[in-house]
Amino acid sequence: MITHYGYTDGSGEFYVIIDAEKCNSCSRCINVCPKDALKLEPIMIDLEDKLVATVKEEHRKRIRYTCSSCKPESGEAPCVVACDQNAITCTWKPTEA
Amino acid sequence: MEKVQKLEYWRWPEYHRVVPGKDWKNAEIITAGVDVGSVSSKAVIMTDNEVYSWAVLRTGSNSSDSAKKVMGWALEGIGLKLDDFDYIVGTGYGRVNVPMANKAITEIACHAKGANYIWGPTVRTILDVGGQDVKAISCNERGRVTRFLMNDKCAAGTGRGMEVIADLLKIPIDKVGEASLMVDKEPGPVSSTCVVFAKSEAVALLRSGWPKKKVLAAYARAMAIRMSELLQKVGCKEDFVITGGQSKNIGIVTRIEEILGVKRLPVPKWEETGLDPMAAGAIGAALFASALYKKSSNR
Repeated sequence: MITHYGYTDGSGEFYVIIDAEKCNSCSRCINVCPKDALKLEPIMIDLEDKLVATVKEEHRKRIRYTCSSCKPESGEAPCVVACDQNAITCTWKPTEA
Repeated sequence: MEKVQKLEYWRWPEYHRVVPGKDWKNAEIITAGVDVGSVSSKAVIMTDNEVYSWAVLRTGSNSSDSAKKVMGWALEGIGLKLDDFDYIVGTGYGRVNVPMANKAITEIACHAKGANYIWGPTVRTILDVGGQDVKAISCNERGRVTRFLMNDKCAAGTGRGMEVIADLLKIPIDKVGEASLMVDKEPGPVSSTCVVFAKSEAVALLRSGWPKKKVLAAYARAMAIRMSELLQKVGCKEDFVITGGQSKNIGIVTRIEEILGVKRLPVPKWEETGLDPMAAGAIGAALFASALYKKSSNR
């Protein structure tokens, strides 16, 4: 399961994308997130709970503020760098003028 | 002084139904799914993986009370007690506050499972228009989520937004869909689906002489555009279905179909069968409950 958390506004489109199959529950991304926006949450895969990094419920609707300092244009986001499974990516697509 | 009755046009009907011709006393497994959403709470009781009874009501300020209330309503008049249940799963935004639940499962998984049950294994894309957010979900033939996308931060373009517009225009919420389709020529969308901005824009349009149905059409169009963008991002493969309260809003559904050029699978006759698209999450939760019960008793 691949989850996209994001927003779209006049300036562009931003997503934090987490691949639950690749995530190995190591918590590195959680520890480096400057906004403490991530947590491990059980996700049901074939009736088994797998702990997977997710964006906390209270941050899901405010990604544009929470993740603003880590947008890809200011270098790779700490959570993306910390993940050695390549389970997290951030995408930013500016609106074409 | 004359009493002025204030009509609440946003208020959608709460309901409780029992599927006819069934007796839980013959059932092997009795489970329930309780979906406490931001605006509505749903409880579905299933016997041997078939809907027995269900209830839909408005979520109050306390998730735990809402869960108890909606479950109590689903139980009403059928003679079942909480002790009779083999397994109960809580889901939705308030899932951790469902006191009678044996387990909480995220609503994304439950929605896909529920849609797979309601429409069958050909479902690949689900648009869930909830009270306060919109989710696009891709799933496989087993109802397992492969991709899930949520976008934006507020009630913009959701069920709650539609309630606000219905109230402003004084058109009952269950009539706004039809009313929005009664325009000769489709107007352009309002410039923002933000509830606050859209409301003031709607007021301005009314003052400039637009009829109500045209204002509704402009708002419905803006909502449909926003949802279509989300669907395109997740890749709107057929079969495509819509769940949540707005699945009953024909104005939104028709516009999404027109923008994307795909038809959603028709809504089943849910009043008799219990295959209620608004309760898809709770149906999925009750199915997970049954699977988890079987798994735990096989050990």
